[in-house]
Order: sequence, then C-alpha cells, then structure tokens
Amino acid sequence: MIWSKIETLSRQEIEKIQLERLQETVNRVYEKVAPYRKKMDEMGVKPQDIKTLKDLAKLPFVTKQDMRDNYPFGLFAVPKDKLVRIHASSGTTGKPTVVGYTQGDLDTWTECVSRIACMGGATPKDVSQICFGYGMFTGALGLHYGLENIGSAIVPSSTGNSEKQIMYMQDFETTLLVATPSYALRLAEVARGMGVDPIKDLKVKIALVGSELLTEAMREEMHKYWGKDVLVTSNYGMSELMGPGVSGECEYLDGMHINEDFFIPEIIDPVTGEVLPAGEKGELVITCIKKEGLPLIRYRTKDITRLIYEPCKCGRTFVRMENLSGRSDDMLKIRGVNVFPSQIEEVILSFNELGPHYEIIVEREGYLDKLTIKVELNFTTDSFKELERITGEVKAKIKTVLGLDAKIKLESPNTLQRFEGKAKRVKDLRSK
Amino acid sequence: MTAKQLSVFIENRKGRLSEVLEVLKSNGVNILSMSLADTTEYGLLRLIVNKPELGKEKLTENGFSSLLSDVIILKIQHEVGSLQELLKAIEEADVNVEYMYGLSIDGEEAYVVLKSSNVEKTGEVLEAKGVETLLPEDVVKL
Repeated sequence: MIWSKIETLSRQEIEKIQLERLQETVNRVYEKVAPYRKKMDEMGVKPQDIKTLKDLAKLPFVTKQDMRDNYPFGLFAVPKDKLVRIHASSGTTGKPTVVGYTQGDLDTWTECVSRIACMGGATPKDVSQICFGYGMFTGALGLHYGLENIGSAIVPSSTGNSEKQIMYMQDFETTLLVATPSYALRLAEVARGMGVDPIKDLKVKIALVGSELLTEAMREEMHKYWGKDVLVTSNYGMSELMGPGVSGECEYLDGMHINEDFFIPEIIDPVTGEVLPAGEKGELVITCIKKEGLPLIRYRTKDITRLIYEPCKCGRTFVRMENLSGRSDDMLKIRGVNVFPSQIEEVILSFNELGPHYEIIVEREGYLDKLTIKVELNFTTDSFKELERITGEVKAKIKTVLGLDAKIKLESPNTLQRFEGKAKRVKDLRSK
Repeated sequence: MTAKQLSVFIENRKGRLSEVLEVLKSNGVNILSMSLADTTEYGLLRLIVNKPELGKEKLTENGFSSLLSDVIILKIQHEVGSLQELLKAIEEADVNVEYMYGLSIDGEEAYVVLKSSNVEKTGEVLEAKGVETLLPEDVVKL
C-alpha cells in the first residue's frame, strides 16, 4: 500500500515542491540561526542566490562537529518554548548531539515513518513489537508513532530481557518486528534456546530493520532464522535529520525511497566535497526542507551510498538510495587499503559453517597493521583438517575481497559478544 | 565393534579446558582416556567417557562445539611390537589411521583408541586377527 499520493508525483512536481520549501528554509535559517548566517556570509552566499535546486551546492555543509560546537540549542530555528520534544544521540565521543521537535516536526516525522512502514508491508492489522531501545534514541519513538498512526497495535517492549520478548511475541501474536538486524538475529537465537522455533511457533511476517546496516547476506540470514516468507526491509534515518523515516525499502527491495518532499539528497565526494553526477557512489548529504526546530542544510551523513533515479516497480517516484556500503567513519584503513566492516561481514555470512556474529580486531605489530577476524563455529567436527579447511577458505575469500591477509580465529558457539543496539564489532587497537 | 568418542573444540585460552572438565564433572561424566591436540589457535579434546551422550548434551548446552564419533578401542598385549603388527595389517588393507591414543588399565594388557579413515574395514581387519575391541557397554565397566 502507498501511504500518500505525494509519493507518486512526477519528478517535475516533486522538484517544484522541493524548490519552494528549500527557498523558504534557507530564508528562515539565514534570518534565525546565527551560525548559519555567519557561514553563509563567509562564503558570500545570500538566500536570494538560491534560484534553482542546483544552487543548493552553493550553500555550506553542516557536520556533527557544528552540532557539538553549538551544543545544545545553537542551531535551532525556534525558541525553546516552541519545542515539544528533545532527543539526543548516544554521544560516545564528547557531548551528545541534541535535536528538538516542534509539534509540526512531530507530525512530519509521523507522516514520514507511516510511509516507510507501509512500504515495508505494515497494515492496521499488524501487532508491532518495537525492540529498539526507548529513551533519548530516536529509533524507537519514531517507529512507534508512525506505526501507531497507520493503526497497528504497538508493543513497546524496547531492548533487553530477550526471553520476555519471545513470550510477548508468542502470547500477543506479534506479526511485525522492529529491531536492528543483529538484535533480530539474537532474538531468534534466544527463541530457539527456549525451544521456540521462530518460523513455526511465532507469527512474525514483517521485519522493519534499521539503525544498522542490512547487507544482503544479513537479509538472507534473517530469512534463515525467521522464515523465508518474512518481508525484511531496511529503513534509514538519523536523529540529526529527524530519526527514522528519511527513507525505506519497498517490497521490491531495490533501494530505499527517500521522502523527497521533506529531504533533498545529494551525493558528494567525501574528500573534496564536490557534488558527484547522478548515480555515482559517495557520501550522502541531506537537506531538511520542512523542519521547524532544527532545519539542517546540507548535513554530511558520513554514509556512503548511491542514488537511483530510475522508476521503481512499486509505483513510487521518490528517488532511491542504495543500501549503505558503509560509513566514511567506520571505514578502516588497513595497510593502506580501505576496508568497510560490511565487506568482511558479507564473507562471513557466506559460510554456513560459521555463525553470523564476528569481531574484527586491528592491531599494529612493528610497522605493520594486523587484521584478525574472530568467528564462531556453527558446526561440529572432530577433524583438524575440516577446521583448517574453513579457516583457509575464509582467509582466501577475505583476501579476494579486500586484498589483505587476515588471521581467522575460530571460537566456540555463543562466545562472541552479542549486541542489543548498534553492534560494535570492530576493535581498532592501533594507537592513532 | 566401535565405541563412542566425545570431541570438543577448545580455543587456546586460559581456563577453557577446565571449563569443559567442570561441565563433565558436575554431570558425573567420568573420563577414561583423553587426548588433547592443539594448533596455536585452537585444540581438539578427544575423550573416552563413561556417558558420552550425556557429556555431549551438557557440553552443547554450555555452548561448546562437541561431537560424538565412532572409534575403535582395541586390546593389545603390553609387549614390544604388538601394536606395530596390527597397524601393518590395517595399512595393508589400505586404511589410513588418523589418530590414536592410549587407554591404560593396570595389568598386562593395554587399550588403544584408534580413529581411521574407514572404521568398518579396520574392524574387519582386527576381527580377522582375533583382536578384542571394546563396545560402549564394555567402556562403562572400565
């Protein structure tokens, strides 16, 4: 089901809305947000210079650092008394990034997530269990309001207490699961441990996964644990932009449709900042064109993707962004080679003999970087030959994909750390 | 002809071996013989125990990768050359011995645990030679 007619407008109609809203937003931030005005003045660009959508490239970028520098409310375009909600990012390094919403923003957010939930197959009949951590994190409440808005029954079970989660799923006959892909897999593992087969004993038919990269291999893994007819879609967003609801996959699973009447996407070269031609891969930059509280312009997401402008079979005309290839932040440089943890994950998941959990360790020995990958055995053997065959094959495949030698360490099942939120699977032990 | 061997995958990490033994101990599984082979990263612990099925079940429950496999436990005389003679016969039958370890009991006789590429054929060779082998029910009595 397509939630809103706007999702099927022609490119011309979409661009008309975008330009109007962009001009309005730029005018407003220039007038109301001092740090923006300062940046724009420094670059010698005025709001009236924005005559076409292409002129967006004249505007300065905003980064997470700008948000920290203006902590907590320095980039807000409304006085604090207009806010009705405040969220913050986890802020693992330094101050968290703070985001605020007016009532209008919350309505926009609900609209955006309603669309994404419908793309992922949600209907008013669903019982939706939200296994995202509730709290300052935007994921849980974002999905919560969107799914509630389309009429689905919400089970706000949050993260943790996995056995109770399985009990709710059984007793409430949960049909829709919201979680990170790694937590969804963990829940399946817990269910099996309780003697509950997620495929036969549970009724989950839809998984809306997000807040973490969903690789195709991970999607397959989801089907293996939750059933092959479960519709597993990924959706995208970040608290700086609003939270979840920026984009989501439809049933054709070929990229995530961006809510273009609220967000304008650009792809830039992460090093030079130049806008790249349509279809090229680079860093995603998003401009919020309908936000009141915190209207970020040209926000550098650090996410690497590609935009797909070809029409989608589902009938939506909104541009699609390819599933992320990684984050420019997560990118590891090992012996001079750019490595995305997702590449390693794809290799590991291609082996039935290994479990889906892994750990990547990068160390420095002398002047050389050393890459170690810990994986869990998912089969039993009494033969060194078999164990050596597996490690040899994984090593060879990693070498093909990355061009790097890695040490493969086999571990017993269930020994590597499990994560309920975003998985932290990389340990970079090199002193920077 | 064959008996059950319990094998466990163990990472080369301090304390891992005793964790395995702890599981066996707390479930009353008695070890009659063992062999621990290792590489720099991991090892395989192979055991002859009085209750192999229970041992495997409990180890799996505790998150260990463990397996039961068929091995032959053969009785030999405590004499120079007795083992070599049998091995030669197995070799002549074109069967490869993968590994072996001893299972010593007081007295004049000894037992050897043997895993080969073809357990059935090995059994036939030994039977032809009149060698006594232990069955699971004999193992329990040891």
